[in-house]
Amino acid sequence: MNHLRIPGAVVAVAAALAMIGCGKKEEPKPVAPAAAPAPAAPEVITVKIGSVAPLTGGIAHLGKDNENGVRLAIDEANAEGMKIGGKAVKFEVMSEDDQADPKVGNTVAQKLVDAKVAGVVGHLNSGTTIPASAIYNQAGIPMISGSATNPALTEQGFKTVFRVVGRDDQQGPAVANYLLTQKKPKVAAVIDDATAYGEGLANEVEKTLKAAGVQVLPREKGTDKTVDWKAVLTKIKAKKPDVVFYGGMDATGGPLLKQARELKIGSVFSFGDGACTDKMAELAGEAAEGLICSQAGIPVQAAGKRFLEGYKAKFNIDPILYSPFTYDAAKMLVAAMQKADSADPAKYLPALAALDYNGASGNVQFDAKGDRKDAEMTVFTLKGGKITPLAIIKGGKSLTLDEYAALMPPAPAPAAAPAAAPAPGK
Amino acid sequence: METLLQQIINGLTTGSVYAVVALGYTMVYGVIQLINFAHGEVVMIGAMVAFGVITGLAGSGLPASMIVAAGVLAAVPACMAIGYSLERVAYRPLRHAPRLAPLITAIGMSIILQHVALLIWGRNPLAFPQIIANPTVSIGLAEISAVQIAIILLSFLMMGGLSWFVYRTRFGIAMRATAENVQVAGLMGINADRVIAATFVIGAALGAVAGVMFGTYYGIAHYTMGFTLGLKAFSAAVLGGIGNLPGAMVGGLLLGLVEALGTGYIGDLTNLCQWPVVDAWLGERCADGAHFILFGSNYQDVFAFVMLILVLVFRPSGLLGERVSERA
Amino acid sequence: MKGRVLSRREVIGLVAIAAALLALPFVLASVGTAWVRITNFAVLFVLLSLGLNIVVGFAGLLDLGYIAFYAVGAYTYALLASPHFNVHLPFWVILPIGAGLACTAGVILGAPTLRLRGDYLAIVTLGFGEIVRIFMNNLSNPVNITNGPKGITLIDPFRIGDFSFSARSELFGLTFSGPIKYYYLLLVVLLCVIVINLRLQDSRIGRAWVAIREDEIAAKAAGINTRNIKLLAFAMGASFGGIAGGMFSAIQAFVSPESFILNESIMVLAMVVLGGMGNIWGVIAGALLLSFMPEVLRYSVEPMQKALFGRMLVDPEVLRMLIFGFALVLTMRFRPAGLWPETRHRREMSENRR
Repeated sequence: MNHLRIPGAVVAVAAALAMIGCGKKEEPKPVAPAAAPAPAAPEVITVKIGSVAPLTGGIAHLGKDNENGVRLAIDEANAEGMKIGGKAVKFEVMSEDDQADPKVGNTVAQKLVDAKVAGVVGHLNSGTTIPASAIYNQAGIPMISGSATNPALTEQGFKTVFRVVGRDDQQGPAVANYLLTQKKPKVAAVIDDATAYGEGLANEVEKTLKAAGVQVLPREKGTDKTVDWKAVLTKIKAKKPDVVFYGGMDATGGPLLKQARELKIGSVFSFGDGACTDKMAELAGEAAEGLICSQAGIPVQAAGKRFLEGYKAKFNIDPILYSPFTYDAAKMLVAAMQKADSADPAKYLPALAALDYNGASGNVQFDAKGDRKDAEMTVFTLKGGKITPLAIIKGGKSLTLDEYAALMPPAPAPAAAPAAAPAPGK
Repeated sequence: METLLQQIINGLTTGSVYAVVALGYTMVYGVIQLINFAHGEVVMIGAMVAFGVITGLAGSGLPASMIVAAGVLAAVPACMAIGYSLERVAYRPLRHAPRLAPLITAIGMSIILQHVALLIWGRNPLAFPQIIANPTVSIGLAEISAVQIAIILLSFLMMGGLSWFVYRTRFGIAMRATAENVQVAGLMGINADRVIAATFVIGAALGAVAGVMFGTYYGIAHYTMGFTLGLKAFSAAVLGGIGNLPGAMVGGLLLGLVEALGTGYIGDLTNLCQWPVVDAWLGERCADGAHFILFGSNYQDVFAFVMLILVLVFRPSGLLGERVSERA
Repeated sequence: MKGRVLSRREVIGLVAIAAALLALPFVLASVGTAWVRITNFAVLFVLLSLGLNIVVGFAGLLDLGYIAFYAVGAYTYALLASPHFNVHLPFWVILPIGAGLACTAGVILGAPTLRLRGDYLAIVTLGFGEIVRIFMNNLSNPVNITNGPKGITLIDPFRIGDFSFSARSELFGLTFSGPIKYYYLLLVVLLCVIVINLRLQDSRIGRAWVAIREDEIAAKAAGINTRNIKLLAFAMGASFGGIAGGMFSAIQAFVSPESFILNESIMVLAMVVLGGMGNIWGVIAGALLLSFMPEVLRYSVEPMQKALFGRMLVDPEVLRMLIFGFALVLTMRFRPAGLWPETRHRREMSENRR
């Protein structure tokens, strides 16, 4: 009998809830979040730019690289002393860590919206970018990702969502076509790391290879933490593929390549942009020589000279992967604001959508979905411990570097040797 | 089937690394019935310290084996120190606390160690210098490298050495006595605190060696590497019967083998297109040499866990474990 | 809460708490809508912790794969209310289905593991949690069920007629943003779950759980059907997880397997243990604390360093995790039974343990 009373108490609470419900709600007015970028000083207005990437966890190094790209762009913009509506503008980077976790990604997205950032560069992973994009879109804040390559991002129909990096379904066919024309494989193996990125890219490569009549072996998978690939590789070895494609990052791709050579697999190996870094030479040693890999856009090493030198000078390390893209993304936000003469997202959004911009990663224009129009893809090989560009693929055509340079005089032409300084963008 | 020998070699190598890490879990558990969840992190620190030393000496012209030995010599004391402080700071004060309290401190220590490592060694995956020539030997159709042979031999050696230590030395007897009953061991003149601390230190030393093994074999170290490795090794320890040294070895090797063989063959076996009736039923999906694979290598970890669950369901204390009754 | 009529002071207290809870989202929104979202996730974690508390706290079965049930609930909702299969069922249909499926999963996990004890049970449940996640990640091939690692996008919000929980709406002259509406919904669900938990705790079943936790053999001897009672613990805990998962799916409008990693299970367990296993209010406190702490640190670490040292010495995100780690260690060091332990537990702590 004793505990029968408890619901009574609860009913009381519920009733209380219901009763005060109406009366109470008047007190706390939903105050419009003040204290934002309102003109604090009479002359200088502060404009906040958000930057989101995982800064802790397994791919924190790539996240930091993304953030650095944004910081460099904003520092340069501040140094230039831009004016909007006649007032001097100071840009400020709000950097957030989304831990590559969609839930945290949403929280920090809302935090940036609350802080009334004028625009966002991020996030890094497609898995966090896609859910967060809905929050930015609802708030009308433009978001440019420099690294989320999953096509679904821009298929949601959001007007404020852009990306400066090529989509998986642009990059995959590019590298696959290169393999088809240069290596003429009959049997191909495709491996991925079971992430949205790796699987997405591997699917596109497989599709292109199959369409060309290549026999593609059943997909093999690891995880984004796998370092032991021997079992998978042994299985593949027995089927004697001519080429092996791996969709994944360098931290897993390096051991994969190393172990493949230990098992004496002679196939041509080919990776996507996540594993198209100089790190491969360190991780796999001599085994990495001859690796074919692709990057969406113009590669770090071939990026604009101003970016490369600026990055090195500011952070004392070399850029890793996507920083030229996040750098361009931040610069484009700034350029669009300048063009529209406003930091109000609603006002500068049309300018951003129509922007024609020459940046560290080449010429950027957005199509109707917010994807990069006719994004360049670059195919590299690893030679002498460095990734060296082989060909640039533009508009479905494979161009040598010289042809590409001749074709687009204004864009930053990647030099033959990646370490050597490429022609400046402007 | 020409791949079978190769897959067995693959499995034995990974299994050996698991086994050495599992020894660390099982020793601690054997003595104080506590899962040292931070053990994976100790292994990570071992790999990181060795990385520093090996990179530093890489250009010195010393023979590769000496450089790796120097890496081990540096990693072992570093990890022992961490093992000792783990026990002092996180576990000793909680020895009489509810069972789950040390689990939470262990998680806390894991987070701390990981992020301290991040501060020291950075976010990038570290590439071990490729100093070892690592010649491979062909056995029939299979390839086995020098490092693989070294890892397998070393792990057996360590298991043997540890067993000798636990079963043949006075300190080992003290350890087993403490495991049996802390109070009674105390009455017999055993300093239980010292024994327990020593258990942690020895476990950490084994972890350091495992870290170096991992680093030189895979050529990579990262501040998050301890988690997955620790998880696998813990599974291995439980599989063999936690608290039992040969059990850790058996569990590790078995886990490694199941992963390799599961990855190697289950995909082909569950390819529905090779079965006559199903093939017809799937029709178009199987045309032109296409495949309809239910469980490919993407289920690698599932094979391992399913085996673990099956073993535990039929042998609730693991393969070699003794009957465990939970004392009230 | 003994069976007596509430005194005047207690009524006033309850009314004050209720008023505070009702006003909370508007206060938070004035600081930033992010805080309403953070609160919503915190409430979700309270739901999860209460569910896990049944298994771990009441019945004493260590479960390291609890997030699997959350995943089952989340994916059930996502698949039945999204363009993925082009099925759009209303939430009051899906939530019970999700809870039912999670409950079934709980029994499937519970049945073979009944003989296992302590740490063996921990590793099996951990394995189960990982298996569920790996299936979610890989069931896009050969037949696409879960859309694999890409996850499921554009999941429907909760909707009653034209009233959508995700959109902004005006009521009584007040603006209710999406997160605020979900907050009230979560509050109602939370209230129900708390009531169920309180009722369970003092029921025959609750006492049977405690009996099993304290001494299984004695419980059996006392005539308790330990098998069914243990299974019931798994099933009930799992259903709460399933409901929380469904709500997560709707609030987030996106699910992918990376939301259900082992770390999440560990985090929920940490909430239960830190707060005080077996004590409902302690568990709630633990869940709120561990949900809010990283977020509070997210906001405070950077300005704090700047104020103290004039510049950033340690990256805020690293410092945040370090502080979090130390908090776990120190709390357990000084309050090993949790911040707010169950009284019965507290008594037994003094003796026991070998």
